[in-house]
Amino acid sequence: MPEQPAPEAFDATDLPGADVGPGAADGPHRHPLGQTPSQTVGPFFGYALPYPGGPDVRAPWLPDAVRLHGTVFDGAGQPVPDAVVEIWGADAAGVTSTERGSFDRDLHGFSGFGRAAVDRDGHYSFTTIKPGAMRDGSAPYLLVALFARGVLHHLFTRSYFGDEPEANAADPLLSRIDPARRSTLVAEPDATASYRFDLRLQGEGETVFLDYGTEL
Amino acid sequence: MPRTPSQPELTQQAISHEIADRHDRERDAAASDGRGLPAHPRRDFAPYRSTLLRHPTHELVRADPEEIELVSPAFGHTDVAPEEADLTIQHTGEPLGERIIITGRVLDGDGRPVRNQLVEIWQANASGRYVHKRDQHPAPLDPNFTGVGRIVTGDDGSYRLTTIKPGAYPWKNHRNAWRPAHIHFSFFGSAFTQRLITQMYFPGDPLFALDPIYQSILDPAARERLVAAYDHDVSEPEWAIGYRWDVVLTGPRSTWMEPEDADHA
Repeated sequence: MPEQPAPEAFDATDLPGADVGPGAADGPHRHPLGQTPSQTVGPFFGYALPYPGGPDVRAPWLPDAVRLHGTVFDGAGQPVPDAVVEIWGADAAGVTSTERGSFDRDLHGFSGFGRAAVDRDGHYSFTTIKPGAMRDGSAPYLLVALFARGVLHHLFTRSYFGDEPEANAADPLLSRIDPARRSTLVAEPDATASYRFDLRLQGEGETVFLDYGTEL
Repeated sequence: MPRTPSQPELTQQAISHEIADRHDRERDAAASDGRGLPAHPRRDFAPYRSTLLRHPTHELVRADPEEIELVSPAFGHTDVAPEEADLTIQHTGEPLGERIIITGRVLDGDGRPVRNQLVEIWQANASGRYVHKRDQHPAPLDPNFTGVGRIVTGDDGSYRLTTIKPGAYPWKNHRNAWRPAHIHFSFFGSAFTQRLITQMYFPGDPLFALDPIYQSILDPAARERLVAAYDHDVSEPEWAIGYRWDVVLTGPRSTWMEPEDADHA
């Protein structure tokens, strides 16, 4: 785990949001500084955010590589052609990488972070490692962040794995989700070493999106 | 030649009314509940028409962050070349437009620096045109400007970028819709749940009041946090105009689950 910097003395009075809005006075869990608001990624990120090797978190020819892919859909069931998906996951032992160089692809290492823009049909595809569980009693999953034109604040979800029925049944988050919606958090095997994880922004089969206490 | 508007019936006046109505309703609701307005935009902000089919209708489910959510990808100086922080030196010639410097610090909610983390930017050129195949705005491309930059923050959370002030540009949300000049910024915090993509604006832009994307943030004080400040100490004589913009990435609430997490650290 990266070293956490010790809290430092600071003068917050000239920093963003220090004197406005809900602040430190609202309770022990409030932050003294105001969160910088989100804005949409817009339609024109395609020449900026994708980078070489971004979808290849693990080199495809390595024996432990798996594919995670799917389509992003809008509320009318239409594919979203201007979305970008990021994944962040632990390794097969459930350990998080702290190696510097998350953009640097030497094709043998594993940093755990990937980014893939969808194609014109709204489809994205990664190769990565199926992570191990990070805690006793938890099922393995990849953290997924979704950005798109028309999405003013990105959405987080988790991609659990359909071939882990026992772990999934015991997982503390999955077991809290309405059973009718639980499958939206589960990538189903659709070929050898391949999992399908569609993302539905709205409507029938809407993906369960997650709040980590950052919906401020 | 001006393009044919895609929705000639939808006027700026109608959009501005929708914005004002939503702001009034949300302000009254917050006041009667005795709570503040959120910092982040409403995802279902209808005046920005692209949200209509792209916002979830279910409430988000509160999740207990595990290890992976409490750390962030580890970027380093191997990921980014120093030249990537200067968008004016990426080609053989100098780009057209007003040369600017943008500097500031990336901090967490307690004011601690977000160290050695990646900042990415992209933007239109001085004429308001993106180097993107889908941008059909009939403004000139600049062969000496791509509009993409990256930098890794220093130990004090600071970043410093040199670029060109982008132009405003039209979009098709409604008739005669123009985005205020802005630069897209992407940030990583010390936890992945602090991830943020946003837009930085320039002070005094007359398009602020008209723009449904900027106005999707209900709290006026929060909106202001996206506007860089002109800073004469950042300006360089005979060279560039300077702006300062600090960024705060809060959450997840740090004390929320430490007792449980300690077993797995």
